[in-house]
Amino acid sequence: MGRRVVITGQGTINPLGPDVAHTLNAMATGVCGIGPLDIADVDRLMINIGGQVYGFDPTRYFPKQKLPLYDRFTQFALIAAAEAMGQAGLEITDELAEESGVILGTAGGGLQTQDENYRAVYQQGKNRVHPFVVPRLMHSSAASHLSMVHGLRGPCYTVSTACASSNHAMGQAFHLIRGGGASVVLTGGSESMLSFGGIKAWEGLRVMSKDGCRPFCASRNGMVQGEGAAVFVFEEYEQARARGADILAEVAGFAMNSDAADIVMPNQKSAARAMRGALRDARMGVDEVGYLNAHGTGTTANDKVETAAIREVFGGDADNLMVSSTKSMHGHLIGGTGAVELLACIAALRDGMIAPTINYHTPDPACDLDVVPNTARQHRVTATLSNAFAFGGLNAVIALRKT
Amino acid sequence: MSVQQKIVEILAEQAVLEPLDVSADATLEDLGLDSMNLVEIIFAIEESFDIQIPFNANEPDASGFDISSVKSIVLAVEGLLAAREA
Repeated sequence: MGRRVVITGQGTINPLGPDVAHTLNAMATGVCGIGPLDIADVDRLMINIGGQVYGFDPTRYFPKQKLPLYDRFTQFALIAAAEAMGQAGLEITDELAEESGVILGTAGGGLQTQDENYRAVYQQGKNRVHPFVVPRLMHSSAASHLSMVHGLRGPCYTVSTACASSNHAMGQAFHLIRGGGASVVLTGGSESMLSFGGIKAWEGLRVMSKDGCRPFCASRNGMVQGEGAAVFVFEEYEQARARGADILAEVAGFAMNSDAADIVMPNQKSAARAMRGALRDARMGVDEVGYLNAHGTGTTANDKVETAAIREVFGGDADNLMVSSTKSMHGHLIGGTGAVELLACIAALRDGMIAPTINYHTPDPACDLDVVPNTARQHRVTATLSNAFAFGGLNAVIALRKT
Repeated sequence: MSVQQKIVEILAEQAVLEPLDVSADATLEDLGLDSMNLVEIIFAIEESFDIQIPFNANEPDASGFDISSVKSIVLAVEGLLAAREA
């Protein structure tokens, strides 16, 4: 057993709010952040809804001369990281800087930059693009800018595993600190895929809903995409305690695995194996877990398979477990989704606020869990799990414990 | 080429069969086609006939586009083509 890892800061910007307080308030009141998409060429899309960060004005956050370097996914990551670092109150000394890093998840990276510039050269026939297209669009761009803004000179990289990207990133951050490779890691994920090309690509798979995200409900008919970021300060426990930091939760365990089966269909066996692995890693009994933030995409296949996997792992205790999919409120943030969903886990541990699955009206016998339908609940919880199951069969589950 | 011939050609290509081996009453399952083949088939039909098929894999029955057999797909496409003309 290595060093213990705790969370000492959290930040976000997502369809539910421009910071953690607004986001948690929205979750506690069951607000839906999904609405009509406001993007270029939306009239040429079949899918017209999404969890968009409406009215976002980057000039309010960043000086004009910096903006040409920041894709929207980088902007979201920087805003979330600033909030997290502000809360953590770390003084990054020269010595600590070298032991501090960044590990972020994203599935699409600088997709807005790609979309805009392909449009410029292919559609508008331009022969010139902005000189910073490459540093904007690279997947590691957000991680690099976080390291620069906060002066973190240790390990810094990006993990890209589709819908599990941020859970994998946070798992790596956990492992890095536990194993002694760093003492502070800014970690989480960011995504900005709500562009014409991003949605058009998803439309082709025929798994998107045109009318809303209704996880576990018999009426569910697909996923709805969202955008945004959440970033956390993961810190080595003894250091956090010594400096008197406000500890939000302990990262107790993590597990990841691969179905090695199908490029899109989920797999009950390895989803269950990933949950079991995280519990074992955390030395956590199933009866200890009070809340599970589900992957819960709202597709027919995921929610059914995930329910079966949860029942397989929790057995009779599954009936005492509160399970919700907050994607019903913020949409599926793809590579950033696990990070935003970890906010719900921390809120459950800290405040006993159990975020609901909204838009739920018709029970599905294949999804017969306590999905905390429509209304948040107040309930004391000491341990949580957060699931992410990505296309390609890549699973990553994080276990948190109250400190 | 008739609507039926074109659809049989598309299905045969996905199933790696000869068009002659694709009978009108065959189901997609009979032809060994799975959900990934299905979304490719729908794409190919949309491209070939320049139509939009309202198909959602989460609720295959809700779209009104009947995929239960080769014949039903042909009828559904003919319906969409007629609707476009109208």
